[in-house]
Amino acid sequence: MMITVKLFAIIRDKVGSDSVKIELPECASVAVLLETLILTYPQLTDWKEVVRIAVNREYVDKNHIMKPGDEVAVIPPVSGG
Amino acid sequence: MIEIVNTSINVERVIDSVASPSAGAIDIFIGTTRNNSGGENVLYLEYEVYQDMALETINKLINEAYATWNLCKVSFVHRVGRVDIGEASIVIAVSSPHRKEAFEACRFLIDNVKKTVPIWKKEYFDDDYNWVEGEQNKKGDGV
Repeated sequence: MMITVKLFAIIRDKVGSDSVKIELPECASVAVLLETLILTYPQLTDWKEVVRIAVNREYVDKNHIMKPGDEVAVIPPVSGG
Repeated sequence: MIEIVNTSINVERVIDSVASPSAGAIDIFIGTTRNNSGGENVLYLEYEVYQDMALETINKLINEAYATWNLCKVSFVHRVGRVDIGEASIVIAVSSPHRKEAFEACRFLIDNVKKTVPIWKKEYFDDDYNWVEGEQNKKGDGV
């Protein structure tokens, strides 16, 4: 399944785009998504342990299974307020 | 009121929005742009937001505040884009019958905005910039 991943802040700067399309197996977990992102964009390696993933605007853990059409985002450490 | 804006925040309007005849207290937090960070001179900040998720996350935090404390009203405004020195980037106002709850709820909201709401600030220095990476739960939370 093709997942579109929204990128923000420093992650977006490192990749050079505010979204990327990633081909993943059906029923792929967030852990697989992250591994694939790091392989595709090795400049993100340092952020692997500190980013969170949001699916449909909620934080999820690495075991979460994605579905086609999910809204997925990589959330680097936030700094609002 | 719960808003994300890209212009100067009208603080008085935020205060007025939580006024209530049953309130004995209004607590307000205003976050402003400081002129220094890590020993360096900051020229201005620039905020970025994942808008839809930010609004949902803020609403959840406010609902949690209402469920935890006896409050009258809560208002929240965050500014995004460029925020110059001394200007407000965030205003949180809480009204309650007694001051204890207003203080505690307001503190809870700003502390948790800084941990969970998908908003990021970029510091601009004389000849460089830096994305601020805030403190958040790293182990056992999220991925």
